[in-house]
Amino acid sequence: MTESQPAAIVFDGVSKSFASKQVLQEVSFSVRQGETVCLLGRSGTGKSVTLKLLIGLLRPDIGKVLIGQDNISSLESDDLSRLRRKMGFLFQSAALFDSATLEENLALPLRRLTDKSNLEIEYAVHRALAEVGLAADRYKMPGELSGGMKKRAGLARALVLEPEILLVDEPSSGLDRITASEIDDLLLEQKAKRRTTIVIVTHDVHGARRVGDRFAVLDRARLVAFDTLQCLENHESKTVRTLVGGQ
Amino acid sequence: MKTLLEFIGMIASFAARVITSAWRSPYEFEQTWMQVGEIGARSLPLVAASGLALGVVMTLHTHSTLVTFGAAAMIPKVQSLSFFIEIGPLLAALLVAGRVGAGIGAVLANLRASEQIDAIEVLSVDSFKFLVVPRVVACILVLPLLTTFMDLTALLGGFLAEHALSHLSAQLFIERAFNGIAWSNFVPPTLKTTVFGFLIGTVSCYYGYTTDEGAEGVGRAATNSVVLSSLLVIVADVVLVKIIFLFFPGSAL
Repeated sequence: MTESQPAAIVFDGVSKSFASKQVLQEVSFSVRQGETVCLLGRSGTGKSVTLKLLIGLLRPDIGKVLIGQDNISSLESDDLSRLRRKMGFLFQSAALFDSATLEENLALPLRRLTDKSNLEIEYAVHRALAEVGLAADRYKMPGELSGGMKKRAGLARALVLEPEILLVDEPSSGLDRITASEIDDLLLEQKAKRRTTIVIVTHDVHGARRVGDRFAVLDRARLVAFDTLQCLENHESKTVRTLVGGQ
Repeated sequence: MKTLLEFIGMIASFAARVITSAWRSPYEFEQTWMQVGEIGARSLPLVAASGLALGVVMTLHTHSTLVTFGAAAMIPKVQSLSFFIEIGPLLAALLVAGRVGAGIGAVLANLRASEQIDAIEVLSVDSFKFLVVPRVVACILVLPLLTTFMDLTALLGGFLAEHALSHLSAQLFIERAFNGIAWSNFVPPTLKTTVFGFLIGTVSCYYGYTTDEGAEGVGRAATNSVVLSSLLVIVADVVLVKIIFLFFPGSAL
């Protein structure tokens, strides 16, 4: 990853509050194309809100969120929709549609957003599920899956349109270390194969150290550090050092 | 007062969004058809059973009184008129408000709480058009059909009760039930249920789609959907009856 690479994401002076609670205050950072950035911080410091701002589910009170050249916070719904086609999102709960099979979950974006034939959609779904090891479970309902399988299925759905940017919310929450490590492997594979730009919100330092290129640390609504692991391990703030596992 | 006005404004703006979204492509025919099946098929047994039972009860109530006045022959007509004009449309709407309104409110609130609505949005699908519009349109389409079904099952119940009491034949019951009944007695009151359908669908979707209270909001959305949509149906009925009388003076009892 070189510094000369253009920014895929720019978070510029963003503030966001809910009622009287300030969740983010003048947060700025940028993510280069093909880079993986891990957002770390204690619970309630605005990490998931940052992801939702990045994909336009929330709008900033102040500041800009640029995806490529587009300011996502000022886009109308049709343009926002077009921009989101370049992005994938893995929710903390996987958020699979519980009234649809895995196959239907993955086929939905392909049917709605591409001109692929039924056969092509079937092939794309099969390939995406095979990549996460769920090819044999394509006709299962989300309720029949374990937590780890749901996460993998959610990841397959997020990747089925081959996004340029992947946003991942707590990939390891509720999972044992081995299953969490499998999810990390899938993210690493994605990064290596397609050079996808990835932003991960996580509490799992072990996983973050494996996957991340740079680390952003949020504390009390502010970005307190944004750098490589080596730099953050020797950061002046104890909170930062603790969060990146340097101490 | 401000909160009430704000609330009315939010529901009105939600309803306006339903109307404008319904005319904008892409049209969600598949989802709408699915919802018609879901709402219609699931409400049918309830509506049929209620119609049948009410038909029987109504005949039992009116039989002795009308026999006393020597007007037993009027029983089928009283039955058909009262169901076509008022009882059928209103009762079908209230049953659907209870059965479907709660379901829609709870399902959408659950989708919101489990981030499935956000998931639809991030897949570049307009969740409002995908989830809300088909449900409202389905309510509009299904209610007149369910009302007609309730009218017919009520007549069947009325006939069964009358047959048991006075051995009246089916042919004579039908003849008397429809004698002197005009289309204006049936069509406008049945079509007014499209407005009830719009109200039930919109209110239920509003509570479900806009909830932000997590799992706790699911139950609350279901309850609020039933209460407000039932209330609005009754209030709207008053207005619609007046309008029907204005345009179809012959439709009054």
